[in-house]
Amino acid sequence: MSDNLINIKNLTFGYGKELLHKGINMEFQRGKVSAIMGGSGSGKTTILKLIGGQIKPKSGSVVIDDQVVHDQNLSGIYKLRRKMGMLFQHGALFTDLSVYENVAFPMREHTDLPENIIKDLVLMKLNAVGLRGAYKLMPTELSGGMARRVALARAIALDPDIIMYDEPFAGLDPISMAVICDLIRTLNDALGATSIIVTHDVAETFSFADYIYFVADGVVAAEGSPKQLMASKLPFVKQFIHSEKDGPVPFHVAAPSYNLDLAL
Amino acid sequence: MKSLINFFEKIGYSVTSRIKRLGTATRLFFLILISSGESFKRFHLTMKEIYFTGVMSLVIIIVSAFFVGMVLGLQGYYTLEKYGSSEAIGVLVALALVRELGPVVTALLFAGRAGTAITAEIGLMKATEQLSAMEMMAVNPVGRIIAPRFWAGVIAMPILASIFSMVGILGGYVVAVIVIGVDEGAFWSQMQANVDFRYDIVNGVIKSLVFGVACTIIALFEGFDAPPTAEGVSRATTRTVVTSSLVVLGLDFILTSFMLGG
Repeated sequence: MSDNLINIKNLTFGYGKELLHKGINMEFQRGKVSAIMGGSGSGKTTILKLIGGQIKPKSGSVVIDDQVVHDQNLSGIYKLRRKMGMLFQHGALFTDLSVYENVAFPMREHTDLPENIIKDLVLMKLNAVGLRGAYKLMPTELSGGMARRVALARAIALDPDIIMYDEPFAGLDPISMAVICDLIRTLNDALGATSIIVTHDVAETFSFADYIYFVADGVVAAEGSPKQLMASKLPFVKQFIHSEKDGPVPFHVAAPSYNLDLAL
Repeated sequence: MKSLINFFEKIGYSVTSRIKRLGTATRLFFLILISSGESFKRFHLTMKEIYFTGVMSLVIIIVSAFFVGMVLGLQGYYTLEKYGSSEAIGVLVALALVRELGPVVTALLFAGRAGTAITAEIGLMKATEQLSAMEMMAVNPVGRIIAPRFWAGVIAMPILASIFSMVGILGGYVVAVIVIGVDEGAFWSQMQANVDFRYDIVNGVIKSLVFGVACTIIALFEGFDAPPTAEGVSRATTRTVVTSSLVVLGLDFILTSFMLGG
């Protein structure tokens, strides 16, 4: 069995003629927490969609457990997705279902478990994210952080091999952020899963991730452990980590001369 | 010359984009039919939607039907009276409702009440990534979300149209018999003698079934196809009402031509 659960090889993807990814190579090791970082619009979330088979690459491949994702038919992709759990940016909870029913949803859809077992499992998953006491609430009654935790409980409902997180820290207060950070690491280790996080929150990600990829201009601009990247001399990595407003990523969007625009 | 080219380009774009949307809607219709097994195997999913689209529409259907029936009774009486046949008011009210107004007005009200709710719900589910989340959980959204709503609409529409006709007749009865004083026996017996089960009632039910398919598929398609933004969902909801109303009126003419011709 290979050390890598997911291999992305020479991946290119784009909408229309514009290429968003121009030959991405990534390897995600089993049991590790890996992060994909980069500026807004760099195609981080698109990589998760490519891994989940929601979109097809123009060239290159995404291989999960020796299976090429985009070579599968729909039932093959659905079979692969049963090994995955995904936490969406704003949770994507089903608003017509209670917290309990949201977590029970994947179990009801994919198993024939009796109701008493489903109840036990749902309460266990909710307990793992600290929200057993909120099982009766509706999604509209939850705070942003709580909704994210319920979505996490739903993502791990069927004990997936791969857990993907799309901007798990976006819009959260510092306490909720710390809770989510802790949960990502703890659940990954407890379930023996492989986690991939798409984010641009440097401090949080560097505190618990095992390996980090920086994506810029459609390629992997840098990669390594948090320690290696902290010591990196690459201008883009330095600008990103130290939140410098100008650098390889310019402050100004490309535009004609200022004087020309102001007719001076 | 350039403006002429632009003019034709605009027309061409408008026509091709409409054809494209029609193709996408047709594709969705067949996908629903293919994925419908779940809607019947787990009928509680469809029942829940029948409650939301059908039962929740009852108030507007009953109130509208009662007023439509009363207006028909009033207008019909004053027209028929001129020809000395005011006893025929019962059959006029019943035929107008069972053949035309029942199915058509129900479909228009359904598009405004349930159709918009379906479009907004599906559009918002798309905008808030609920449909993507379902896909990522290896659950087909067409089978789990779209198909139960489709069958709920198809089942609810003929029932709502029947209720509309019944309540409308009751409204006509209140005005004609109780308020104006037309003979009660003549009101009901003329209706019984002249309303044919096969040609009037069954044809009305067939119409409402066709309208049910049309209105529900339009509402579902608009929601499913809506850009995932507030503006996109709002425009899609408006399109649902406009398109459904025009399609219902157009289909009504076509169906009536066939039914009268047959």
